[in-house]
Amino acid sequence: MARRSFTTDDQVFNSVVNVFSIITILIVLYPLVFVLSASFSDPDLVLKGEVLLLPKGITLEPYRMVLQNEKIWLGYRNTIVYTLLGTAINLVMTIMLAYPLSRKDMPFRRAITLFVVFTMYFNGGMIPTYLLVRDIGIYDSIWAIILPVAITTYNFIIAKTFFENSIPHEMYESAMIDGSSNIRTLISIVLPVSSSIIAVLILFYSVSHWNSYFSALIYLRDETLFPLQIVLRDILLLGQTEQMGTNEVGMGDKIKMAEGIKYSVIVVSSLPVLILYPFVQKHFVKGVMIGAVKG
Amino acid sequence: MSKRTLKRIYGKLDLFLLLLIPLAWYVVFKYIPMYGLQIAFRRFNPSLGIAASPWAGMRYFNQFFDSYYFWEIIYNTISLSIYQLVIGFPIPIVLALLINEIQSKHLKKTIQNITYIPHFLSVVVVVSMLNLFSNVDYGIFNRFFGLFGAPAVDYMAKAQYFQTLFVSSTVWQSMGFNSIIYIAALTAIDSTLYEAATIDGCSRFQKILHISLPGLLPTILILFIMRMGSLMEIGFEKVLLMQNPINMSSSEIISTFIYKNGIQKGQFSYSAAVGFFNSIINFGLLVISNSLVKKFTKTSLW
Repeated sequence: MARRSFTTDDQVFNSVVNVFSIITILIVLYPLVFVLSASFSDPDLVLKGEVLLLPKGITLEPYRMVLQNEKIWLGYRNTIVYTLLGTAINLVMTIMLAYPLSRKDMPFRRAITLFVVFTMYFNGGMIPTYLLVRDIGIYDSIWAIILPVAITTYNFIIAKTFFENSIPHEMYESAMIDGSSNIRTLISIVLPVSSSIIAVLILFYSVSHWNSYFSALIYLRDETLFPLQIVLRDILLLGQTEQMGTNEVGMGDKIKMAEGIKYSVIVVSSLPVLILYPFVQKHFVKGVMIGAVKG
Repeated sequence: MSKRTLKRIYGKLDLFLLLLIPLAWYVVFKYIPMYGLQIAFRRFNPSLGIAASPWAGMRYFNQFFDSYYFWEIIYNTISLSIYQLVIGFPIPIVLALLINEIQSKHLKKTIQNITYIPHFLSVVVVVSMLNLFSNVDYGIFNRFFGLFGAPAVDYMAKAQYFQTLFVSSTVWQSMGFNSIIYIAALTAIDSTLYEAATIDGCSRFQKILHISLPGLLPTILILFIMRMGSLMEIGFEKVLLMQNPINMSSSEIISTFIYKNGIQKGQFSYSAAVGFFNSIINFGLLVISNSLVKKFTKTSLW
């Protein structure tokens, strides 16, 4: 009898867990599905509130207008450049810093690490950094977007922890006995077994470049340098949709179209990252877990 | 330096060479701005440079403390931070516990993969979604609350909804990502503990309470301390994007204030003083919470 009631309790518990899980999934998923559906729907029906879950009056017209917009293309191009170049610099710099400091036989290792990690807890803040960027002459250039974020201290900690835990100290000793220099050891022994941390770093850095708008907001004036996120802000939040090739339609339709294309703009801008996501998903979980080992 | 130390350094010369550029970067982009913080105490004149500008003492700090918007900004910053902490901090823990209890492997994978997705969206996109969803005529917030008879409201244009919109959308975006750390910590708990509890007749809920939660505690404490250290640094980018003239009375926070006065109006010394004040509070909170946690447990950041 006691055993039976135990099983029933367990089943009730499972049902509760499952119900809460499904509710969570729906809450997270619904806004995403809605945006996707609205982006393929007739803007008229979206504005009447008729689109609730699935697209209605399916049309590609909003997408056609978005893809005609030169600013979006330019923003796209700039963001791709910033992301590729920025991530490459991030990766090299982070490894150059993390590898020596991960070696237990490195002199002054603790002091140098403290010097680096301290900046996570105290920094000069927005204004002195802004003045620095102006003083060193990279203001309003691509370097203002890339250099101030060349290393993220959190990502350095992840990389350092990975090297410490996955490469045994004996490996360095035997490499040294074989007469291999430390840098050669890095290139021919350490990096080949570190593909997962490299994937994690590429993922973290590239997503943050893709989504970054702060640096551009503060350091860029030249519109031809604006990354996608600034263009998005202008279109989505400041309502600068008039240039969207809507001249051929009347005023009322214009407003409708301006609202209608917003969903498509969101989809177009988020697509690259979301397409990448399933491929890197495993690595990304792993990266957070490596970071979890050490706060 | 002793001969031995010199020899140790010599053997690692190439490693020091590797460190050279990254450390130079830290000096330039992290430490020079710390040095530059002194403009908070000077009447900064760009043509004279930092070191030659005349001292101004606490003038800019006092100007901020005495200004009529001081209390409003402080209140907005602190209340938003605490709201975000109280709601945003526990939810990923609860989510991790929930995911840990799911029996079906398929459902477990699904909920994880789906809750991670919003983390990859940009703030601009998330705030635009808030705008679109808040629309009075067709926004899905109004359509949803309309089901319960609520009148249509433009939520983004009402100061009293600003904080709730901010916190709930941040939770929506980051709870999955933030739960990963806890899920990792949960899988590291010794499974024999659960087996022993089963034999002792513990219910599933009791096991969560007496095994899972205590097992998570060190992770929770570390993350809590780190969170405290950035309590006042709450999402500048997002707040700035969510601001409009109507909600300004509850959406103006320290960081947006610094941006407007410093970058936009060019009052560098004044806004640097405000920023310095903010950093001091953050650092103080970090030290206090770390020593408190250290006193009661053995967990510490350093």
